[in-house]
Amino acid sequence: MTLTPARTGAGSDTAAGGAPGAPPGRRRRSTRAMRLAGGRVSFAVRPRVAAVYGGLLAATVVVFAVSLSVGEYSIPLPRVLWALAGEGERLDLFFVRDVRLPRAWVAVLVGAALGIAGGVFQSISRNPLGSPDIIGFTGGASTGAVAVILVFGGSLVQISLGAVVGGVGTAVVVYLLAFRRGVQGYRLVLVGIGINALLLAVRDYLMTRAELTEAMTAHIWMIGSLNGRGWGEVLAVSIAAAVLVPVVLALGPRLRMMEMGEQAASGLGVPVQGTQVAVMLAASALTGAAIAVSGPISFIALAAPQLVRRLARTNGTALLGAGLMGALLLAAADLIAQQALAPTQLPVGVVTAVIGGSYLVWVLYREWRTGHA
Amino acid sequence: MPQPSRLWGENLTLAYDQSVISRDLGITIPDNSFTVIVGPNACGKSTLLRALSRMLKPSGGAVHLDGRLIGSYPSKEVARRLGLLPQSSIAPDGISVADLVARGRYPHQKFLKQWSRTDEKVINEAMDATGIVDLAGRMVDELSGGQRQRVWLAMVLAQQTPLLLLDEPTTYLDIAHQMDVLDLCAELHHERSYTLVAVLHDLNHACRYATHLIAMKDGQVAAEGDPADIVTEELVEDVFGMPVRVIPDPETGTPLVVPVDRGGRIARRRAPEAAERIEQARSA
Amino acid sequence: MSLERPSTALDAGEDAGAPDSVVAADALDRRTSAAAHTHVLRTAGLLALAAALAGCAVLSIAVGAKAIPLGTVLGALLEPDGSYNASVVWELRLPRTVLGVFVGAALGLAGALMQGLTRNPIAEPGILGVNSGAAAAVVTAIFAFGLTGADAYVWFGFLGAAIAAVLVYALGSRGRSGATPVRLALAGTALGAVLQGFVYGITVLNENVFDQIRFWQVGSLVGRDLETFLRIWPFLTAGIVLALMLGPALNAIALGEDLAAALGAHVNRTRAFVALAIVLLCGGATAAAGPIWFVGLIVPHLARSFTGPDQRWLLPYSAAVGAVLLTLADTAGRVVTSSGELEVGIVTALIGAPVFIYLVRRRRMAQL
Repeated sequence: MTLTPARTGAGSDTAAGGAPGAPPGRRRRSTRAMRLAGGRVSFAVRPRVAAVYGGLLAATVVVFAVSLSVGEYSIPLPRVLWALAGEGERLDLFFVRDVRLPRAWVAVLVGAALGIAGGVFQSISRNPLGSPDIIGFTGGASTGAVAVILVFGGSLVQISLGAVVGGVGTAVVVYLLAFRRGVQGYRLVLVGIGINALLLAVRDYLMTRAELTEAMTAHIWMIGSLNGRGWGEVLAVSIAAAVLVPVVLALGPRLRMMEMGEQAASGLGVPVQGTQVAVMLAASALTGAAIAVSGPISFIALAAPQLVRRLARTNGTALLGAGLMGALLLAAADLIAQQALAPTQLPVGVVTAVIGGSYLVWVLYREWRTGHA
Repeated sequence: MPQPSRLWGENLTLAYDQSVISRDLGITIPDNSFTVIVGPNACGKSTLLRALSRMLKPSGGAVHLDGRLIGSYPSKEVARRLGLLPQSSIAPDGISVADLVARGRYPHQKFLKQWSRTDEKVINEAMDATGIVDLAGRMVDELSGGQRQRVWLAMVLAQQTPLLLLDEPTTYLDIAHQMDVLDLCAELHHERSYTLVAVLHDLNHACRYATHLIAMKDGQVAAEGDPADIVTEELVEDVFGMPVRVIPDPETGTPLVVPVDRGGRIARRRAPEAAERIEQARSA
Repeated sequence: MSLERPSTALDAGEDAGAPDSVVAADALDRRTSAAAHTHVLRTAGLLALAAALAGCAVLSIAVGAKAIPLGTVLGALLEPDGSYNASVVWELRLPRTVLGVFVGAALGLAGALMQGLTRNPIAEPGILGVNSGAAAAVVTAIFAFGLTGADAYVWFGFLGAAIAAVLVYALGSRGRSGATPVRLALAGTALGAVLQGFVYGITVLNENVFDQIRFWQVGSLVGRDLETFLRIWPFLTAGIVLALMLGPALNAIALGEDLAAALGAHVNRTRAFVALAIVLLCGGATAAAGPIWFVGLIVPHLARSFTGPDQRWLLPYSAAVGAVLLTLADTAGRVVTSSGELEVGIVTALIGAPVFIYLVRRRRMAQL
């Protein structure tokens, strides 16, 4: 692997293959071309972006380690490491390996999935508030799950199944209803709103007719919680992420082109319609997997892409960064949700809403105070 | 103190936030003129127009309208004396031509008197003057660019202001529709004695139609007066930083600005012998 | 020349049939009569809606747990005779019906104002944080002061809605460019999330609060009596009057901020008034009946298909359509199920959503 400066990132002069890069003296921008495998793979790296991503990764590792260590039964870090290696007291092993480790993994994976999916939807709708809600996905998933909880009293796995069926079913219905000589983005949004309203009415009906304890279970599920999540959930969300994240990240460059407008992107050779459908399917499936495991946790999908964009000062959607940011946010939020009112465990959705919302208020307050447009 | 004209500004300092566009600018719009403002991009043309129509409050100096400070009038009163057609106007979805023109009556409407025969009559006249009567029932979104620009003009006309400020009214129009709009402006000026102020990009159009030309550079007036008097090769080179030749327009006799074929590239490619002849003629 | 023949003054040069002036005069006549025709049609439509509303209101009074014949209802309304039926009509059903009419009109108007202000047809009044503010305040009322019952929440709901909206507006209007629609939406989302999180937190920790709020949050007129109406009607009335006065200024703002200012409209002042009207209307309605957000979203769409984009017509139409929809939904909710009744918030969504989707599919939508 070599790291050589290039004039225009991964532009034409690096496309030639193994040719040596431009001499260091000609460097103008702070973009570098990274090459692997003797130049067969090369991509642009910007130091600021790399630093931010590295920082996010490091912070996530720290939060991850802390969340393995603290709790009602506190375990010092060295013993955590021993327990990870399979040694130490029985209780240490139990808490670290069977309780805290899977939960921390779920937080990281779900957070990353939500962050990436949020980035995709914001990019496609060219709207900083874009989210999987625009195709009625979240409404469908939560109504499906609530129906399973309240009507069938199902287990965690059955609830997940209900969420997936509800979400996918709704997305398909919305898409079909919006279809009329092609799907126009705007009509999709409006139909999604209509279907969402119907589903929420059904959900509210169920919520008001159920027994209080069951309604409370459904309520907590709808807020989004990681309480009691184990290795089964880790496996489920890992498989989804392993399949879908590479697909979405591979389509990332096309998305950035499409942010310039669909016509401009077509002109530059991007298959717009196909990309849109593929990336939306993949992002919806990611969201679905995340919701199935944790419930619809608010704000991660909204905030992660925006925050990483501001930190790394990129001018387009940074999907990888959004994933890292999402992982850090959810892992940290879950740590707070467990510790804030211990021994009571809050659903993590409470924390993401309050802290995420406050943070966004603060960001807006600061940005607008100085009189920026 | 004698009033130089109905609309004038003195010692104007115009700025957006910290960035000052113009400093100590004096400007007078001659009554009953067709005044055209020209200048390179970002020279402060639109900013000046905004200041003259009280859309931008000057950070120094003052704009006078009909003998009083423009800021001392109630907002609707200004809108009954002076009309502005900005570049960024939005036609609401699904609005008909007549309804859009009718929105120009806003400054004349009182809360309890939303609609009158006068309104109806003025709207009809405005559509008649701009030749869009037959489009009245059509939706604005269905119209072509040229038709749409006429609709906007009709809307400002319905405002019934003897003073009209137009910010680049010919942008995005093809040459025929540009001439259409400018002919219409000239007609308003000649036959209905409107005072018009327009920002234009095309120097030759400006020379043809303006009775009073204001050339701006770096937020200052570089020259003003009758186009025939002030448009010279020196002025254009000074203002736009580009060598030109100025010849009489074969059609109107007004100045015609022709960019110099820099380095003779085009002439040489098209006819090498001719290029040499031109070269000789130029050096002679 | 024939009327059918297309001839515009634009290509009058090709038209050798008649002198231009005749053609123009002819077209002008037609246009004047068309304008007058539209005027009459829209007025008639509004009257028809008012009549429909009156019918729905009478129906709403007649239908209930105890069926009272229509004749008896009318008789009791005109001449209260102190009978049991008359007291049911006057003390239970009439207040609820009138409240429904007011709430529906208020929500319809608030939606039309919000969409006019933001120039965005998917904006709903909740963007200003009204719903989440009311919910947070009602949760506080139950949690901290132990209040129960829809009546007791009214003041809290209204105050919460007002405070949230003021905060959102204050945050959104910082800096030079003022309270632009995008900023309001961002500020509303951010603050709404915080308040929602607060509601989540309290309801998770306290089952009793959750048990109360889950019914309030659906949106319902059940159990709302004269007392509720008397508390909230001054706000709703003030909001309705203010809203109906804002039509001309909103018409100007629809042309873009520059042109609106050039026409003599006060852009920032109008925005502030619109926000105030939305708080009065939506805050009042939410305080009285809980969050029925879908009405504010779809009613202006229905109204617009009659009136087009002219706010002077759109606003009264939205008020009338909103009132009809809510009264009808409330009445339907009382008869569709054999056991108990279906809350009006659920019924409006069940009726409104299919209509909305039909409209969306049918119409050619312009871009945002």
